[in-house]
Order: sequence, then C-alpha cells, then structure tokens
Amino acid sequence: MRHLGVLARIQLSDEEVEQLTGQLDVIVDNIAKVSAVATADVPATSHPVPLQNVFRPDVPGDMLTVAQVLQNAPDAADDRFRVTAILGEEQ
Amino acid sequence: MTDLTRLTAADLAASLASREVSSVEATQAHLDRIAAVDGDVHAFLHVSDHALDVAADIDRRRAAGEQLGVLAGVPLAIKDVLVTTDMPSTSGSKILEGFMSPYDATVVARSRAAGLVPLGKTNMDEFAMGSSTEHSAYGPTHNPWDLDRIPGGSGGGSAAAVAAFEAPIALGSDTGGSIRQPAHVTGTVGMKPTYGGVSRYGAIALASSLDQVGPVSRTVLDSALLHDVIGGHDPHDATSLTDQWPSFADAAREGARGDVLKGLKVGVIRELDDSGFQAGVSASFREALAAMEAQGAEIVEVSAPHFEYGVAAYYLILPAEASSNLAKFDSVRFGMRVNVPGGTVEDVMAATRDAGFGPEVKRRVILGTYALSAGYYDAYYGSAQKVRTLIQQDFDAAFAQVDIIATPSAPTTAFRLGEKIDDPLQMYLNDVTTIPANLAGVPGISIPSGLAAEDGLPVGIQFLAPVREDARLYRVGAAVESVLVDRWGAPLLERAPMLGGNR
Repeated sequence: MRHLGVLARIQLSDEEVEQLTGQLDVIVDNIAKVSAVATADVPATSHPVPLQNVFRPDVPGDMLTVAQVLQNAPDAADDRFRVTAILGEEQ
Repeated sequence: MTDLTRLTAADLAASLASREVSSVEATQAHLDRIAAVDGDVHAFLHVSDHALDVAADIDRRRAAGEQLGVLAGVPLAIKDVLVTTDMPSTSGSKILEGFMSPYDATVVARSRAAGLVPLGKTNMDEFAMGSSTEHSAYGPTHNPWDLDRIPGGSGGGSAAAVAAFEAPIALGSDTGGSIRQPAHVTGTVGMKPTYGGVSRYGAIALASSLDQVGPVSRTVLDSALLHDVIGGHDPHDATSLTDQWPSFADAAREGARGDVLKGLKVGVIRELDDSGFQAGVSASFREALAAMEAQGAEIVEVSAPHFEYGVAAYYLILPAEASSNLAKFDSVRFGMRVNVPGGTVEDVMAATRDAGFGPEVKRRVILGTYALSAGYYDAYYGSAQKVRTLIQQDFDAAFAQVDIIATPSAPTTAFRLGEKIDDPLQMYLNDVTTIPANLAGVPGISIPSGLAAEDGLPVGIQFLAPVREDARLYRVGAAVESVLVDRWGAPLLERAPMLGGNR
C-alpha cells in the first residue's frame, strides 16, 4: 500500500494505509466477478463509439499567453513555473 | 405578476422573445430565489457577480433587433466540473480552490453564444466521484424535497438547483449516472447523450471513456432545447462525433403532442427484477409502464445477462482512468501547493495530493493505480473492457427486438445524508441501472415517474436508446411526461416543499 502511495504521489497516513489495505479487496472481488465472463474469445472495447485517425490540421490555434499560463501557478519566476529541488540529497 | 422562477425554460424563452419579460427581470428573480433558499439547499458553490450585466446586454441586443438564440436571456446553472473564465472552477475539490480557467468549456462557450445567462457554478462530489454530493470538499447539497436527504450525485447541485427553482436549466456531466440519478431523486429530468454527442472539452476529466456532458431541467422539452445548444461536433474533443444531429426540441414537441407511444416496443430487462429495488420505486415504474401500455405501447421482456457485471467492470475502469486523469494535479502548474521545507518536488507533490484530495478521491486513485500497476493491466483493466463488449452485445440484441429500454432510474429514493457515506460498496450500487449506458455509450434519460408510496419521495424512470438515437429519447420522454402530468393534474415538482419560509 505504501508503494501504491508512492506511485500515486499521495503521502498516506498510517491510518489511511490501514483503511485502504482492506479496500483493495474491492478490486480483487471485481476482478473475480468480471473474470467469470471476460474470456479469451471476447474482444475488449476501449471506447464505446470508436473513432479512428482523428487528426486536425497542423496549424497553431487557441494559444494562451504566458501570463494566462502562469495565472494559476502556485509559484512562478521569470515567465516559468518555479518548483523546489528535483533531486533529494540521497540522489 | 407571475413568479418567473416557476416558468419552464421554454415558456420563459417565449416571454423573453415577445419582450413581455426582460432577461434582467428573469435573472434577478432567480438570484433572489438563490438568496432565499440556497442557504438551506447549497446547490451553488459560486454565484456569478455579473449575471445581471450579461442579462442587460442580452436585453440591449434584443431591443436593437438582433436575432438571438431560442434560449437567449434564460438563466443557466453550470456544474463546477465545467471550466469557466469568469467564475472559479473547482470540480468540488480543495486542490482546485479558486482556480480560474483561461478558457471556457465548449458547452459553456456555446451556451454563452446562444445568449444563456450563467448564474453560477453548482456543487458536486469531488471530481464527480460519488452519488450523493457528500464527497464535495465544500459540504453537501440538500435535496429540496427533504433537506435531510441527498440530492443524488455527482451532479446533485445542478439537479437541486432546478428542483428548487433556483435555475430553469443546468449543465451536468454523467460518467456512471451523475445526471440521471440526481434527476431521479429530485423529481427532475436529466439526459446523458450518446458518447461523443456533446463536447467534453473543458470538462475536468474523470474517466475519459465514460464521461459525457448533458442537460438538466424540469421538463423534457427544456433538456432538448439545451441539448440543441450544446451538442454537435467539436474539433477540440477527439471523441466528438461528426454526425449531423436532428433538432431535439422538435423531437420533444412531437412526442408531447403526438401518439408516439402507439405501437412502441418497450423493453424491460428480465435480470433487473423487482427484488433489487425499493418497493415504491418498483411500483412507480410499473405504473408508468401501465400508463404507456394504455397509450398503445407494447411491453416486451428482454434479456441483458451481462448487466450484472457492469458495476464490477465500471469500478475497475473508472479508478484506472481517474488515477491517470488526476495525475495532472501535481502542485506545479495550477492548484494547491503545500509547503514542505527542504522537500523535493516529489515530496511537495505527495503532501499536496494528501492535503488536497478527499478520502473518496484518494481511495479511487489508489485503487486505479493498483489496477494499472505493472503486471496487472491485462488482467484488470483489460478484462473490464471485455465486459463493455458483452454489455454492448446485450444492448444490440435487445434493440433488435425493441425500440427503447425502460428501467427504474435508481434502486432507491433519496437516502438520508450520512446514511451510506461509510459504506463505499453500498454507495456504488446506486449506479447499477445507469452504468450500462456509460459502458456501452448509449444515450439515457431519466424523467419523473411519480412518488414512492412509503416515503413520498420522487422516483424516476430511465429510458435507453441505441447509440445516436438521442432524439428517440426526447420523443418518448416527452410523450410519457405528458401522459403522466395529465394524470397527476400538475407537474410532480408542484408537490415539493416551497422552501424559503413560504410554507
């Protein structure tokens, strides 16, 4: 569960880890249920109304200004998003 | 003077077009109603501070002789999952508190272009995950029929807003029933269009292979009128269909006056037997079917053996897609950021997502991450996708025999706030009747069928049609609505409490 928290980038408390561990069974139960009918000969459907090769003309459009892009940024400097260090000390 | 908030959007539009009423008057009436009742209902997360300016502009343009859209000047409530440039868009989450979008969702842009007047943003379960609005980070919405009960979800705010006469029409989104189930528990109308029929550009994505945007209203015609405004191809959405759609308003009008029920073959699903439904829900459903039969409809039992696998497949597909879609809330480009002294960007991300997401969102993101993690993809997500094929085949077989399928819209009437919040599995079962339409992409509509005898709360009947046959739902929905309202002597909502201290 802690590993899933790392993959999902959610820092889970001990209490949350305990709660969620029990609830993973939901997924296992659902799997057991669908496996009864999802046999090898059944094709998968990814989108209910399939479309193929949806392209648009390769021309620029709907551009945002830098100010618009940064208007919701938690932190910005010099027309860029600013974040804390990417690498920790052990890296 | 008539209470403008009690008019349907169609009637209000007619009064506006004849200049009997101004948009400023109509908008003010709805803002007054919001001020009077929304403290109790909490349908809105944000009320526009410039709706009257927008309305005044419509009035000016109309006075100048400009040709305006059919719904020009009519107020509109907008589910907070849809981004708007002039009001915050949070999708019911703390992680997006105060977020101001640099662009409008396509359905919002089309509504503005048609002259609709946005009143505000409506409450919802966080990122549309829920069936009760209890998972909103900003507190639940209350059902106008009984303020101690849930208004459905995730679009409980939009449904409650129209049920409480705070808005004549609203926009919603439906991933597993989020338009239709709230309609069921609030005595209103909600339509989930064919997948790809309405653009999702600017709808904050939950599960992209399931999400659809659609209309919410008090009458079938009003939903059809709004659907005509928002529907049709949008190159910004790669799943948007290029079909030319007929006028849904014409379809609704034809249904209301014609005899479309005569000879109509209505499928009832054998596997959804009465045992799975509250007694009053089943009884109301049977009465509505009998009313249709009396008008010449033929009720035919059809089999959909794979519907029972729908909920399980849905709760594999949805968390998987949601965990991917919600990865964008990374504390870097927008939204909340938690300060972690000395922390790396990953520490900040993890702390932010812990603080910014509510328990249901965390649950589904973790479950989805698990379902997609290395080695499990084929077994989990892949198997669930196979169930989609099987459910589509069930629909195909059924629609070879019948014109339309009818089900109760949800298993129970509105339950009490807090009643199911600690039991996510029980909560998930609310969607058993609505989920198959999302998995298969077919359109579905819920209209009021009556009140349950045991609790006096509203019940809805759901109609499902083949992909691209949205007009059929408006035709049949309007026909059934007109037969039932005739029987009742007045629309069902006339029996709802007045709210605002008037009764």
